[in-house]
Amino acid sequence: MSHYDAIVIGAGHNGLTNAAYLAKAGLNVVVLEKNEYIGGAAVTRELHEGWHYSNCSYVCSMMRQAIHRDLDLARHGLILVPYLGTINFGDGDARLISYHDEEAAHLELKRHSPHDADAMHRFQTDLTRYSQLIRKTLMRTPPEPTSFRPRDIMEMLWLAKKFWDLGEKEIYEYVRFFTMSAAEYLEDYFENDLIMAAMASPGIIGTALGVYSPGSSYILLHHVMGDVDGSIGAWGLARGGMGAISKSIASAAQEFGAEIRTDSGVQQVLVKNGKASGVVLENGDEITARIVVSNLDAKRTFTRIMDKNDLPDGIYDKAKNFKIRGSSGKVNIALSGMPKFTEVPDNKYVNRGGQTFSGSLETMERAYDCWKRGTWSDNPFIESVIPSAWDPTVAPAGQHWMSNFVQYCPPELADGPWTPEKRDAFGESVISKIERYSPGFRDLIVHMEVRTPHDIENEIGLTEGNIFQGELTIDQLFFNRPFPGYGQYRMPVKNMYMCGSSTHPGGGVSAVCGANAAREILIDLRKPNTVPEDDFYDE
Amino acid sequence: MKQYDSIIIGAGHNGLVCAAYLARDGQRVLVLEAAGAPGGLAANREFHPGFHASVAHSTSHFSKKIATDLNLAAHGLDKTANQMATIGLGANGEHVIVDRGALSGAGGDDNGAYQDYMRLMRRFADALKPSWMKTMPRIGGTGVSDLLTFAQMGLKIRGLGKKDMQEFMRIATLPMRDLMDENFDDELVKATLSWDGLIGAKMAPRSPNSAVLALLYRLAEDGNHSIPSGGVSGLINALAASATASGAEIRCDAIVDRVLINSNENGLVASGVQLADGEKIEASNVISAADPKTTFLNLVGVENLDIGFTNRVQRLRCDGYVAKLHLALNGLPGFTGLDKPDGRMIVAPAMDAIEFAFDHAKYGECPNNPVLEVVIPSMHGTSMAPDGQHVLSAHIMYVPYALKGGWTDAARDEMCDRAIDTIAQYAPGIREQIIQSEFLTPADLERDYRVTGGHWHHTEFATDQLLMMRPTYGAAQYNTPIPGLYLCSAGSHPGGDIVGAAGHNAAREVLR
Amino acid sequence: MTTTDPYAGERPKLTAFYPRAKELNIRDAWQVWNGYKFAECYYDGEYEYFCVRNTCGTYDICPMQKYKIKGRDAEAMLNRMVTRDVKKIGLNRVAYCVWCTDEGRMIDDGTIFKIADDNFMLTCGSPCTAWLRKAAFGFDDVTVTDVTDDIAALALQGPTSCATLKKMGLDGIDTAKPFDIQFFPFHGETLMVSRTGFTGDLGYELWIPTKLAIQMWDELYTAGEDYGIQPFGETATNMTRLEAGFIMPAMEFNEALRTVNLNHDQTPFELSLGWLVDFDKPHFSGRAALLEEKKRGPKYTLTKLDIEGNKPAEESYIYNDKRCKGKEVGYVTSAMWSPAVKANIALAMIKTEHLDDDLWAEIYYAKELRQYSRVARCTRKTKPFWTPPRARATPPADY
Repeated sequence: MSHYDAIVIGAGHNGLTNAAYLAKAGLNVVVLEKNEYIGGAAVTRELHEGWHYSNCSYVCSMMRQAIHRDLDLARHGLILVPYLGTINFGDGDARLISYHDEEAAHLELKRHSPHDADAMHRFQTDLTRYSQLIRKTLMRTPPEPTSFRPRDIMEMLWLAKKFWDLGEKEIYEYVRFFTMSAAEYLEDYFENDLIMAAMASPGIIGTALGVYSPGSSYILLHHVMGDVDGSIGAWGLARGGMGAISKSIASAAQEFGAEIRTDSGVQQVLVKNGKASGVVLENGDEITARIVVSNLDAKRTFTRIMDKNDLPDGIYDKAKNFKIRGSSGKVNIALSGMPKFTEVPDNKYVNRGGQTFSGSLETMERAYDCWKRGTWSDNPFIESVIPSAWDPTVAPAGQHWMSNFVQYCPPELADGPWTPEKRDAFGESVISKIERYSPGFRDLIVHMEVRTPHDIENEIGLTEGNIFQGELTIDQLFFNRPFPGYGQYRMPVKNMYMCGSSTHPGGGVSAVCGANAAREILIDLRKPNTVPEDDFYDE
Repeated sequence: MKQYDSIIIGAGHNGLVCAAYLARDGQRVLVLEAAGAPGGLAANREFHPGFHASVAHSTSHFSKKIATDLNLAAHGLDKTANQMATIGLGANGEHVIVDRGALSGAGGDDNGAYQDYMRLMRRFADALKPSWMKTMPRIGGTGVSDLLTFAQMGLKIRGLGKKDMQEFMRIATLPMRDLMDENFDDELVKATLSWDGLIGAKMAPRSPNSAVLALLYRLAEDGNHSIPSGGVSGLINALAASATASGAEIRCDAIVDRVLINSNENGLVASGVQLADGEKIEASNVISAADPKTTFLNLVGVENLDIGFTNRVQRLRCDGYVAKLHLALNGLPGFTGLDKPDGRMIVAPAMDAIEFAFDHAKYGECPNNPVLEVVIPSMHGTSMAPDGQHVLSAHIMYVPYALKGGWTDAARDEMCDRAIDTIAQYAPGIREQIIQSEFLTPADLERDYRVTGGHWHHTEFATDQLLMMRPTYGAAQYNTPIPGLYLCSAGSHPGGDIVGAAGHNAAREVLR
Repeated sequence: MTTTDPYAGERPKLTAFYPRAKELNIRDAWQVWNGYKFAECYYDGEYEYFCVRNTCGTYDICPMQKYKIKGRDAEAMLNRMVTRDVKKIGLNRVAYCVWCTDEGRMIDDGTIFKIADDNFMLTCGSPCTAWLRKAAFGFDDVTVTDVTDDIAALALQGPTSCATLKKMGLDGIDTAKPFDIQFFPFHGETLMVSRTGFTGDLGYELWIPTKLAIQMWDELYTAGEDYGIQPFGETATNMTRLEAGFIMPAMEFNEALRTVNLNHDQTPFELSLGWLVDFDKPHFSGRAALLEEKKRGPKYTLTKLDIEGNKPAEESYIYNDKRCKGKEVGYVTSAMWSPAVKANIALAMIKTEHLDDDLWAEIYYAKELRQYSRVARCTRKTKPFWTPPRARATPPADY
């Protein structure tokens, strides 16, 4: 039996970040990971010889520069390379290329709609403005609105002032953005279906909402409020795959003295006299610690690795009702060559970005209708990227790997359980859609991995494979995340914390949840803070 | 001197409430109504000789304060109006019934769970209730009263206590489906109880953000539905009588063509109205009970408004999704498993049934399997149908205002048939009892009642169009960018249904 | 997209005059404006500047946005959009206008050409399609058409510009007063010439259907050969407009609809364009906010400064004490050494309450890689730095 200052359950990127900051403060930390590899959903694995799949998360945008810099991740091997534009595929022959250059992008939009080309200026201006305020809240612990503690009251006042200062017009626009559907929000700006579909696509990624569902415009913002080097909304790739992010954070944590144990699944969190005191591993080993930090999602934490009897009244039900819905699938494909797409110029810059098969708002919404009915669409929304186009480390030279994120994929099917045959049929829906835009695509396939929500859950422990560790709806955002009253990383059991994306500010490879949780833990342990303030490019 | 202090455009219930309050304060008030009789969507409609109905077929949260202030009982409002049970119609006559605060007929623990659920919802509804009768402050306004209103609202919520307040913050934006799934097991119970959160709006059980607020709004009074004797138009008659008794003048068949606007060195100012026949009537205040789009875009005219403001009005979401069915029946229809069909009967067997009906409407299509709410008003009074004969009135969801390809007679007949078929599943013999049927699509409602999109609430009851944003900032305190012009309709805070709060609040602002 | 050039979609569009401009642009100095390739300079910016001041020059304004606004309600629609009274624009006259948000923040400036009672043309620096659509909503009879690609436009500016046009055969052009429009037959089409420009000097702008653009260029250059005609680019334009005291987007003002930060856009009063705001005309967008601003006074006032010394005060702070110790009272938006006036000139936003203070600019400049700073006294000017009488003389002399 061993004893530590802190146990972090789960070596996902947030768990590792948390461990790094706790270790940096001088704590004796161990990270326990059930798999033989670290990274959680920020992972890269060689699943076919020579091909390294980032088989869960596939793009990086939210990663906070302040943490990147503070943990010196560059020295630990991390480099993020921005996208250069994305191809959006319409239902028919229409293509919209989001060119990197602003003037070129303007002309491309103008080809589809002169009105929308102009409207895009205002849309991007507005989006930048909305994300500014929200970005300021990312690396701050949300206040508890029912509390009378000075710190909470001060934080509430800070927030209230920030909002009040925006003025009537801006607040109105904020409410619109936070509560409207992506489709209705976009219809105010644009007229062209493909442009709207292209802009709406971040609004559904990872969520059990459709483009017509109220609230989806916030998801849109959530996906674009990150930045790469101050360019808000930019997306990028990690050289070596998403696993490189986890590896570099792990390396930083280890340098600070944290210990990382793989193949160490946690069976249960030990609670004595209402206080967390350690964990029991699946192999029966017991590890004790002053504090226990769970990087697992809220549902898994409270319904799987904790005893219901150890929890205060109502928490188990809250966890059970926590919305963490499987809505996405993932199809990773090894390709013998670079696919060619119809009606797309053979331009090397164009290939250094994503491919979004959105079609139209209606196509996207109809895919959601299928999900609601417990099936998948034969015309799914797919967001793809071919990282090997500019990352030489992930596939053999001249060959490629393509990440295909599929919205939607139901965790449970209406016609009975998932079977290997059904999984193949789901994968086929993706291939045949891509084949429509890239004749001959099928012949390039060397290897393929199809993942449904429960496949992701079974492998990395993310409930229903929900990429955000919980839906990003208002009832589960900010001080409501994961549950009202527990928005400050401290959990209902003393000495127990959460540091995963189930906490504020939510999903995305941002490392913020882990860092914010570390800051709160260090306050409780009366240790000096090691977590940096955010650095804002837009201040 | 001007002939009138205030002209009110539209004698719907909000216009009448506003008129009554202003007249009671001594103002000379003229109400102009385009139709032949007051009432708007609550007006009596003789859809077949001897058979009467109104589009709004029941009331549930008409403000008791207004009823008392305006002494409606003395003006003929039947205070003992029959309260109706809400009945979720199940297959084979296995219904669930909500009556006088109790749920019955449900499986599992739902009957008991309903008590806990209602206790909490009642607390939340009570905490919100005072807000409905207040003028929402302007954000960024520096007035003490503005801050005070916010503070009062905040205190009401804090007054719930830590635990309930946290719960309120969580459920306030939940979709109906999640709220129901958390509380109940029986699908029929869930569908029935979610009904009042959804009807009238472009929302389905999975739509987050404003359904719970709609539900709490409708729980502001006791939440029971009732039909005044003589139908909902009985309430209108009482309001009109009260207003008239206080000296207000009501002119019907008077179509307002535009609001007259003068300008001075400070800008524009409303000075009266011009009728379709060219008559001009001057007044110090013009108060529009027409919906915001009609008011600003048709009656005021964009040339008198700023471009940004116009754009906000233009983009108000006003497409209605509820159609209306009226049936003249030669006898009382028999509903399987019901002794007397005198309740408010909801045909929505499951949450998914509602959701899937909505899915069609999203794309401008009619639902294959509509969900609907049925009442038989003729069981609650004698004047609605000839002796022994009956009227059936139903709200049909979700029928889109903007049908793909447009509304044709064939499309209307087909949807009408589908609605009757749906009812006939629960009232098997009803087809043979039909003397006459009338089906009003949202587009028909727009035409007949001059309400944009045929929308119940004049504009969508959605978070971004509520409170100090209803209908939009710059016109959310009942006044408008044009001094002297006010709004008092369902398109203003707090919203639609037969409530009267908008008329009440607007009168207070006019008198301020 | 069947093209042999896979990068075609990424390359800037070419204007109607590009075939000629390309030959003359021996420095290959190009910029992009609204997606169009256009010249920063052709030979040398300062040389081109002196051509404009000394002979005449042409400036390709094809990338400028042009909208035809037609219909019975065209005037009412425009009048509700811009702050000037469109009713007062005479037939075949041009008016400089600004338009604002409801909050009175400036969206853009531009010119309105009144071609008939129901036929107007609006030109502006940035696309305005979306705002125009909003502005036209609710008017029964008005159509807005983007004619940017249909009409090629070329500015001809400088003292010999009138002589050049006369030589080209545009009889009667010398009778055109500033802001007049004249029409001339040109190979079966109509050449529209307005006496307008962005240089503060004698000058014209020529508007021709795109298909005749090259022909017009050639005839103009043939006519102008003896009058020193020379193309000029962005560098010379920016110099001449600053001497004339004209504002430039992204220099003096940020377009309100493209401004992220609160109050980083401007009002007409702040830009000293209050004379464009007519409170006696029918209602217009932003009226209430602008009236309030007029009563309250603008926070900043755009001011012309003559600065001692010869170091351009680009991006300088302005202080009201020589030691530059206190809080700054303003900032420079554009600055340069004026070769024609021989003065160190600048436009600056000065906090209105400090307009009458002693003003000092803190100037940073480099000399052979080393950085220096100096503080220079600023003198406010009320008149444009460059206002030759010939700019307004009608008929203009044949210089």
